[in-house]
Amino acid sequence: MEMPAPDQFTLSRKAEIVARLRAALPADVVIDDPAETRAYECDALSAYRCPPLAVVLPYSTEEVATALKICNEMNVPVVPRGAGTSLAGGALPTADSVIIGVARMNEVLECDYKNRVIRVQTGRTNLSVTGAVEADDFFYAPDPSSQLACAIAGNIAMNSGGAHCLKYGVTSNNLMGVKLVTMQGDILDIGGSHLDADGLDLLGVICGSEGQLGIVTEATLRILHKPEGALPVLMGFDRNEVAGACVSDIIRAGVLPVAIEFMDRPCIRATEAFAGAGYPDCEALLIVEVEGSDLEIEEQLDKILDIAKTHNPVELRRASDAAEAGRIWLGRKSAFGAMGQINDYMCLDGTIPVSQLPYVLRRISELSAEFGLDVGNVFHAGDGNMHPLILYNANKEGDLEKCEAFGAEILKLCVEVGGCLTGEHGVGIEKRDLMSVQFSALDLEAQMQIKDVFDPKWLLNAAKVFPLDATQSRRDGCPR
Amino acid sequence: MSQTFKFKDEQDLAGFVQERVDPVFITGGQTRGVDLKHDRVDMTGLSGVVDYEPGALTMVAKAGTTLQHIEEVLKAEGQQLAFEPTILNTALGTSGASTIGGVLATNASGPRRIQAGAARDFLLGVRYVDGHGNVIKNGGRVMKNVTGYDIVKLMAGSWGTLGLLSEVSFKVLPMPTAQATLVISGINADVAVDVMSASLNTAFDVTGVAYDIAAQCAYVRLEGFEQSVKYRTKSLIDTLTVDREIAVLENDDSAAAWSSIRMLSAISNQRGDLWKISVRPTDGPQIVQKLGLISGIMDWSGGLIWAKMDAGKTARDILGDIEGHAINLSAKTGLKFSNTNPALAHLQGALREKFDPKGIFNPGLMG
Ligand SMILES: Cc1cc2nc3c(=O)[nH]c(=O)nc-3n(C[C@H](O)[C@H](O)[C@H](O)COP(=O)(O)OP(=O)(O)OC[C@H]3O[C@@H](n4cnc5c(N)ncnc54)[C@H](O)[C@@H]3O)c2cc1C
Repeated sequence: MEMPAPDQFTLSRKAEIVARLRAALPADVVIDDPAETRAYECDALSAYRCPPLAVVLPYSTEEVATALKICNEMNVPVVPRGAGTSLAGGALPTADSVIIGVARMNEVLECDYKNRVIRVQTGRTNLSVTGAVEADDFFYAPDPSSQLACAIAGNIAMNSGGAHCLKYGVTSNNLMGVKLVTMQGDILDIGGSHLDADGLDLLGVICGSEGQLGIVTEATLRILHKPEGALPVLMGFDRNEVAGACVSDIIRAGVLPVAIEFMDRPCIRATEAFAGAGYPDCEALLIVEVEGSDLEIEEQLDKILDIAKTHNPVELRRASDAAEAGRIWLGRKSAFGAMGQINDYMCLDGTIPVSQLPYVLRRISELSAEFGLDVGNVFHAGDGNMHPLILYNANKEGDLEKCEAFGAEILKLCVEVGGCLTGEHGVGIEKRDLMSVQFSALDLEAQMQIKDVFDPKWLLNAAKVFPLDATQSRRDGCPR
Repeated sequence: MSQTFKFKDEQDLAGFVQERVDPVFITGGQTRGVDLKHDRVDMTGLSGVVDYEPGALTMVAKAGTTLQHIEEVLKAEGQQLAFEPTILNTALGTSGASTIGGVLATNASGPRRIQAGAARDFLLGVRYVDGHGNVIKNGGRVMKNVTGYDIVKLMAGSWGTLGLLSEVSFKVLPMPTAQATLVISGINADVAVDVMSASLNTAFDVTGVAYDIAAQCAYVRLEGFEQSVKYRTKSLIDTLTVDREIAVLENDDSAAAWSSIRMLSAISNQRGDLWKISVRPTDGPQIVQKLGLISGIMDWSGGLIWAKMDAGKTARDILGDIEGHAINLSAKTGLKFSNTNPALAHLQGALREKFDPKGIFNPGLMG
């Protein structure tokens, strides 16, 4: 993955840029000591690193606006940052860029149960949004696996999902309003505690724009009352095809589980060795979770188990209490960690139409043999969002490149069968150069013209999302 | 004389836009009134279901396909459009049959929006012809997709001002097999909002909460499998603290009540313009009072107010500092939005200019 060469003129002005930021902002907000900026050299795609020119960590929206205005005037590239857990390199800096991070802005501003909304500063972590309303039996639905660490800021920028979005939707479906600071330093309130847009749905396009349209400092989020309870069932099958068909049949029967998770044999074996969750050694494993009162859970699980039985499962395990539920989820929740024990891994997240599942899994195992790299699959099956984990050795010459080439083949396959490159992690730098597999030049132009409107100088996170050659003239057009 | 153009093929539509210099109005089923001054592009030529995968909860259809056809095809598989599209023909005094493209382009969501999400939340992918006459695609047919910018959401609710939708893909959901509605009568708007909010703030997964202003009657809907609906109906009644009788409508009766709410039967015969006002639910009663409404529907727990107002009058002035917006759906040419922030207005205008540089799509709309 290539990044554009840093602009020499901007690098040469480092002292001046830092001085202007310092003059306008509180002393501890601007960081330029290389020992400290190093902490910001990468996100969770840690194979790529580059310390930024400086880091700005404001305490308020106004300070964000001040910093952006200065950078805009001085034509300095800006990389917005939340908690830095992006798996796509979305928060990766360039040497000539200033990182503006919202980590210090993590207050709850308003909690309004009657209208079922919470307003927070976006540096707040995903889990602590639920934490703020949990005692009153409410929760914030989108639940990325990284929810302990990731911030609402990054969730909005990446339109993050989670295990439970089959029922509750992704970030975009639970986001009602934002405070957005544009590259020019204008502070805009878009949406709020009322429903639907007045005019064009700007909120819709800001969510998922990967920090390229502005910096989001506050968010109004939909909160929901907790269900009475939830229980999972575990099923093992001896063929991927059969597990896939079972998923489809459950959905067709009118049951809407909150989660349907899928693991294949390599992943089951790895997690067993790591967490000892007691999973059967089979080809494919499904965890299906439903919600409601005891009676409702029973009604739904009965239906699901009846369907599963018609597919000759090698194992059916129904949780009857929280302890059993915990054991069923244990393996799934430690899957990433388990794979990480074996080797370095790259996690992809292409989405496919559910009906293509068996074919895609077969092709992935063929590709695995071709490239000579192991791969485990664990993913959200209800919505076709795959998570192939490719194992490689970062210390072995050429292994990363091989792994990336293998990953690209898998993503091309996802697009080929009618799916997409990324279901929840975002494009970042990781899938940037594959965008033309999914989109025509005109499709990309339609997207880039939106950035032209919000950020005419292409200063905000500009080397991401779109293929570098497609954005070159726009990035070069910026006067220095 | 104004002319009507109709195309069976996306490429022909694109060719037309490439050549076109003068403004055109875009119509689907013509359930909204149109300004006959301009030429018209009739989208119903692009019709038919392209792909339907019930096991994946997704459908792809040409934009001119009638809503009725889509709903029939879904019903045969026990599925539905969960955002419950509004049906405004009678309230607007128009004939015609809504198209799926029109429904999505106007983000026309009905009562279940409060629980399931809006039309824009179900739209997964679009193909459209932009103002240059280029065919553009965005999104796709899978439920989770964050690849590139979400132009899909931008198209939903853009009222045709950014492009002509030619094909749409969307998420569908199972149709519940049972339903029940609690009816609480003889309460004013304030109490109704309390009751509706209290109902939503339970574990019982309420899928509709509306109040009929003239009838002084609140409706609370529960849907799902039979045993579950029974259980939740009882539990919800036990939870609510209102000093009124709570009547229960079951299945067909419940469905009939919501069909009449969805069609705005309570006000459809009244004269005047149809206004749609979106505020936070707890501000609903204040709006009703300020407008002096004696009839109308407060849907979405009080956050969506449907009312008829004398032609020439505006519901907008009373919003003042109250967060939200109001539009007059009867306005034929000047469907205007209430946004007053100049920086926001600039972004909206600049986006429109990028998508439609010749300024030919639905001029006057969303000004
Ligand atoms: C172990 C692990 C598991 C994960 N599981 C999931 C999962 O289940 N589902 C899922 O969707 N993701 C998952 N992720 C990915 C990641 O956690 C999400 O993308 C998350 O939303 C990133 O949030 P962040 O605050 O860390 O953002 P960052 O990494 O800091 O930034 C992400 C992007 O957002 C932009 N950005 C940050 N702040 C702002 C702002 N204030 N305004 C505008 N743009 C901004 C950045 O420029 C960047 O492009 C996982 C990651 C890890 C490491």
